[in-house]
Amino acid sequence: MDVLVCVKRVPAVGAEILLTPDATAIDTRHLGFTLGPHEECAVEEAARLAARTGGSAGVLTVGGPETEEQLRYAVSMGADHAVRVDAPGADGDPEAVAAAITDALRALPPYDLVLFGAASADAGHAQVGVRVAHALRRPVVGGVKGIEPGDGSVSLRREAGDGVAVYEAPLPAVAAVLEGLNLPRYPTIKGRLRAKKVPVRVLDAAPPAGNLRTRRLRHRPEARAETVVLGRGAAAAPAVVDVLVDAGVVR
Amino acid sequence: MVLAVITRDGDGALSVASAELLAAARGLADELGDPVEAVAVGAAGDLPDDLAKRGVGRLHLLAHPLLDDPAPAVVGEALAQLVAARRPAAVLAADADADAAEAMAWAAAEVGAPLATACTAIRPGPRGRDEPWVVTRERSGGILLEDAELTAPVRFATLRPGGHSTGETAAAAEVTVEVLVPELDAAVPRARLVERGGRAAGTTLATAPVVVAGGRGVGSAEGYAVLEELAGLLGGVVGCSRVATNNGWRPHADQVGLTGTRISPDLYVACGISGATQHWVGCMGARAILAVNTDPEAPMVTRATWAVIGDVHEVLPAVVAEVRRRSGR
Ligand SMILES: Cc1cc2nc3c(=O)[nH]c(=O)nc-3n(C[C@H](O)[C@H](O)[C@H](O)COP(=O)(O)OP(=O)(O)OC[C@H]3O[C@@H](n4cnc5c(N)ncnc54)[C@H](O)[C@@H]3O)c2cc1C
Ligand SMILES: Nc1ncnc2c1ncn2[C@@H]1O[C@H](COP(=O)(O)O)[C@@H](O)[C@H]1O
Repeated sequence: MDVLVCVKRVPAVGAEILLTPDATAIDTRHLGFTLGPHEECAVEEAARLAARTGGSAGVLTVGGPETEEQLRYAVSMGADHAVRVDAPGADGDPEAVAAAITDALRALPPYDLVLFGAASADAGHAQVGVRVAHALRRPVVGGVKGIEPGDGSVSLRREAGDGVAVYEAPLPAVAAVLEGLNLPRYPTIKGRLRAKKVPVRVLDAAPPAGNLRTRRLRHRPEARAETVVLGRGAAAAPAVVDVLVDAGVVR
Repeated sequence: MVLAVITRDGDGALSVASAELLAAARGLADELGDPVEAVAVGAAGDLPDDLAKRGVGRLHLLAHPLLDDPAPAVVGEALAQLVAARRPAAVLAADADADAAEAMAWAAAEVGAPLATACTAIRPGPRGRDEPWVVTRERSGGILLEDAELTAPVRFATLRPGGHSTGETAAAAEVTVEVLVPELDAAVPRARLVERGGRAAGTTLATAPVVVAGGRGVGSAEGYAVLEELAGLLGGVVGCSRVATNNGWRPHADQVGLTGTRISPDLYVACGISGATQHWVGCMGARAILAVNTDPEAPMVTRATWAVIGDVHEVLPAVVAEVRRRSGR
């Protein structure tokens, strides 16, 4: 089974987030970058599926040359080839990014299963995977927490209400997955070496601009009082239980 | 017209998320001077009564053999056909309704329209349909808000929970039910449901009144025993940070945060958790937070209601003993 995972480079923000002066983006000058956990699980799953079925596990991102850092990280986790779609106009808009991925999938050799995260860690539009599936007229299931390859099909498990639902989709198919699908492995030294050398195939795309335009970002107003320090170590226990009684959780 | 995509809970009643959605749809429709209409999949059941009490005068039902237990995207196909036929000013669904939200993404793609997800506010321009609307949506799990322009003849948006009452409003005299049988080509490849199962009942992380969560500071899988004990005494459940999940100490179902569960318990006890943004967005809705941490400068400590500075494994056993002493258990 040939699997492709779409991943996005996102800033690894700390406890405080700074914005650019025009407030249209996160100020990333002092930040590292990473992959979202949903996408890490997708990469892990692709590597496992490829190993189980004797197939391949590719990774693809839409972004500038700097995003190859995340492609290489995915290769160090177990992906075996990498594609970067250079689409300067896409700029994070979900319609444009989906169009760029769709164009790339039409140009690349066919994949049986294309995996997405359920939502990107920064923008969280929760739609790029479904849009790509729509454009390619492929079956899609989101919120997936279990993947089982079948004969010409794939079974996709998701949580639904207070239960679980299992769908069967004919291949080629698309799934948007959630963290918890598996426990991703840490990159090995061998993986890191491979990642350094792996060639990144670059495709160009010029999707039309999307229709959701960021005007500005701002911090959510938070109304929190000063922290009351109840004490240090075990000696704080009576003061802790006093507030728990006041809060009504200890009777 | 403002179209609300509604769903039902297990026993066929309007879901809580949908009740809240209808209140938000009413607010937007009043601003536009438009009516609210609702759309659901399947038979009418008790929906017309529920909708009448909320002032919704028209219910569209999507009916087709392929819509018996459909994958959400298939509902999206049908929804797109209703939208094409009725041209609503806006189509709204609740973010919390995962199926409806997924159907929205498909329908928006089919209609060729943008979709704004995780919205907390929608403000139509003064000239209604003919100019961009401004939406406010959550980013990075809700720690940031984004004001964005949504330009399209039909505005698709999903709404975050909170801020709207789920109660009944002005009643509609009667509810007109219209059935749409969408054209769905059976030859198109689609996902189909093959199995549905229940999950073990019991208090869940999402709904527990008290959550006692542990992070790297707990140190090991065994270290959670004392958290389990305290959670049991307080009528709560155990949660964790992503470090605990990644270390294999706890299952992912326990993870609080951006890519885990977002919770709003009465009390959140954060033990050995630093309070990274991606964790914080999962627990910032808690009514009160007690942080137990060796580091007085940890963000979780400085944002908590109460804090104890110290080692989890010294503080928690003492708290457990004190709770037992006072409650005679
Ligand atoms: C895109 C993305 C999504 C993410 N999603 C999530 C998510 O959903 N949930 C989540 O939790 N994280 C998430 N993370 C990870 C997050 O950034 C942090 O790495 C993680 O929350 C840190 O976990 P922690 O607080 O347990 O560990 P640390 O940050 O290492 O903090 C440990 C804390 O324990 C204290 N401590 C140490 N020893 C003791 C002791 N003996 N007694 C008391 N205190 C002690 C330390 O002072 C410190 O404050 C995400 C990250 C990214 C990039
Ligand atoms: N720039 C990008 N390049 C590749 N894949 C992306 C990009 N942006 C989003 N995706 C994929 O689409 C998923 C959903 O993103 P979103 O719709 O932005 O929440 C992500 O988890 C990724 O798998």
